[in-house]
Amino acid sequence: MSGTFVGMPAFPEAARAALGDTQLRHNLAHATGVIRAKRSRLVTEVEESMPESGGWEALRLAGAGVKDRALRDLETQLVLLEERLTAAGATVHWARDAAEANAIVVAVAQRHQATEVVKVKSMVTQEIGLNEALEAEGIDAWETDLAEIIVQLGDDLPSHILVPAIHRNRAEIREIFLREMGKVGKPAPEGLTDEPAVLAGAAREHLREKFLRAKVAVSGANFAIAETGTLVVVESEGNGRMCLTLPEVLVSVVGIEKVVPTWAELDPLLRLLPRSSTGERMNPYTSTWSGVTPGDGPQEVHVVLLDNGRTRALADDVGRQALRCIRCSACLNVCPVYERTGGHAYGSVYPGPIGAILNPLLKGTGDPQTDSLPYASSLCGACFEACPVRIDIPEVLVHLRSKVVDGHRDDTVPKAEAVAFKGAAYALGDSRRLAWAERASGLAGRVMTRFGRTSLPGGRAAAGRVPGPGVGKWTSARDLPAPPAESFRAWWKRTDGGRR
Amino acid sequence: MSSAREDILGRVRAALADVEPDREPVVAPRLAVRPAEEVVDLFAERVEDYRAIVERCTPEQLAGRVAAAVPPGASVVVPAGLSVDVAGAAVDDGTLTSADLDALDVVVTDARVGVAETGTIVLDHTAGMGRRALTLVPDRHVCIVRTEQVVADVPDALVLLDPARPLTWISGPSATSDIELDRVEGVHGPRTLHVILVG
Repeated sequence: MSGTFVGMPAFPEAARAALGDTQLRHNLAHATGVIRAKRSRLVTEVEESMPESGGWEALRLAGAGVKDRALRDLETQLVLLEERLTAAGATVHWARDAAEANAIVVAVAQRHQATEVVKVKSMVTQEIGLNEALEAEGIDAWETDLAEIIVQLGDDLPSHILVPAIHRNRAEIREIFLREMGKVGKPAPEGLTDEPAVLAGAAREHLREKFLRAKVAVSGANFAIAETGTLVVVESEGNGRMCLTLPEVLVSVVGIEKVVPTWAELDPLLRLLPRSSTGERMNPYTSTWSGVTPGDGPQEVHVVLLDNGRTRALADDVGRQALRCIRCSACLNVCPVYERTGGHAYGSVYPGPIGAILNPLLKGTGDPQTDSLPYASSLCGACFEACPVRIDIPEVLVHLRSKVVDGHRDDTVPKAEAVAFKGAAYALGDSRRLAWAERASGLAGRVMTRFGRTSLPGGRAAAGRVPGPGVGKWTSARDLPAPPAESFRAWWKRTDGGRR
Repeated sequence: MSSAREDILGRVRAALADVEPDREPVVAPRLAVRPAEEVVDLFAERVEDYRAIVERCTPEQLAGRVAAAVPPGASVVVPAGLSVDVAGAAVDDGTLTSADLDALDVVVTDARVGVAETGTIVLDHTAGMGRRALTLVPDRHVCIVRTEQVVADVPDALVLLDPARPLTWISGPSATSDIELDRVEGVHGPRTLHVILVG
């Protein structure tokens, strides 16, 4: 049973703890660096192979266009998807929230007297806490993706969308396998080494037995095609194919934002996702299926269409674009903040830049942990550059910050930031008051230049930690340049605009 | 008490009250066109990039190459309707259980489409390809692809494929990079993919 993110502290506090973990920082810097380099090589390859038609950027625009087309017409698309799935022999369920979705999956498992289910790696089932809901009913939920097994057996939390166990190293993984595998199935072999190939072999042996006997499987879906009632799962290891093919019953939990209007429009997404995600031209296995195929695969197929905050995000005209996300994790790999703090600090299954916008959009503002996420960014814009479906994450971050501030408009005790801006408005609202403030800051600048210990690149003196409410917090993580000794207006007066 | 379906669709409608849908399907940009011969060469190269075994032969050589691709003493299974005879192979009639498949070493199948740009093989599980489990459980997959089945890129494949069929897109042997981002080939799917390109 994995841990949960319930009760995580706000981002700055969680990040501070994560920054003390040198193993984590080393692993993340290595992993994100490697994937960045692979992705960048493939983007160049695409640029070179389609010079006439606009290259990678044109492909991104097409990907964004497909997702937008589905989202802007979502009611029609969902009704069509339901109709086509039903015609293909699937049973379609609708779930307003996590509890409803979990209850549907539990009911299906219970109807088949299943004491266990095998699972394809799926973000959405983590989002709704499905494993915990199944376990509460005495049903074991076995993760089958290698990284998810490492997280599950280690009673741990995922730290990356693509490689959830990236914070663990091979020695730790070997320990976890030796200690835990035997408790839940076939034990790890004697003499297990910490070679990745050997560890992967142990996982293969351990899971084979579960795949061959499982009656019920649970999956998510990367895409759901309305026109044809087709679900798509994109994977690497073959655990997905095992779950989608061998059991008699398959339940797929699909967020309503996963819809793609037509079969042909799958094209840009299938070309963008693997290159952005793992830096491969194509992932090893992609499975597509439309309901039930007689004589092949599960003969009972359920699809749970899930809202769980997605319509809340859809109603936000700036934030709506976050629903285009295809969960590739490219934004994590380029983010200077994520690379240092890792995923746990974001307190959600959706970490990194996309998590910093998706969590507040899905859950709404008002919770201190969620409200801290839009600030977990330097707004450098690298995520927007990397995003295959062109989600302008910085724009949404700024928009959400304003929402967080708006939420505190009527607080009886104002926030330090609000006090500071009130003061700034007072000083800037009158030229005499501004002149006075400039003289005061010029004096501070002279003192700092003389006695300051910190300097900025280029040699300009800077303030270290400045005491005071609000300012102290702000300067604890930033160097404030020393104010100039003379204000512009004083200089103009003294030199007649440079003529004296 | 309204249903979840009505509630969700109602929320979607309210969220998009001021939004005009776009009814025109998006057509993604295409690769520069390559000569047909180059496309086939690229396919072989890109499949090999995934550390799959790739060999090319003429239609006359095919049966011999398939026989040679099966290790001595290995048990072989083939789907009904395979385009080539494989000596000593069991034909899957749909009654083999998962455990039966697990006891077999090699599966030989045809393919529906090859995608050059991405080095991908697509199976639509009609005759010659068998049900999905057949190409998944045995440890070695020998796959016959004909040069005339190879297309340039993903959109060309989507046009040829029927989404009503279950489809399996295969790009090399199964793989993982989950441990320290160290790539390991062969996890749950076949650990060896052996492609015979005919034509």
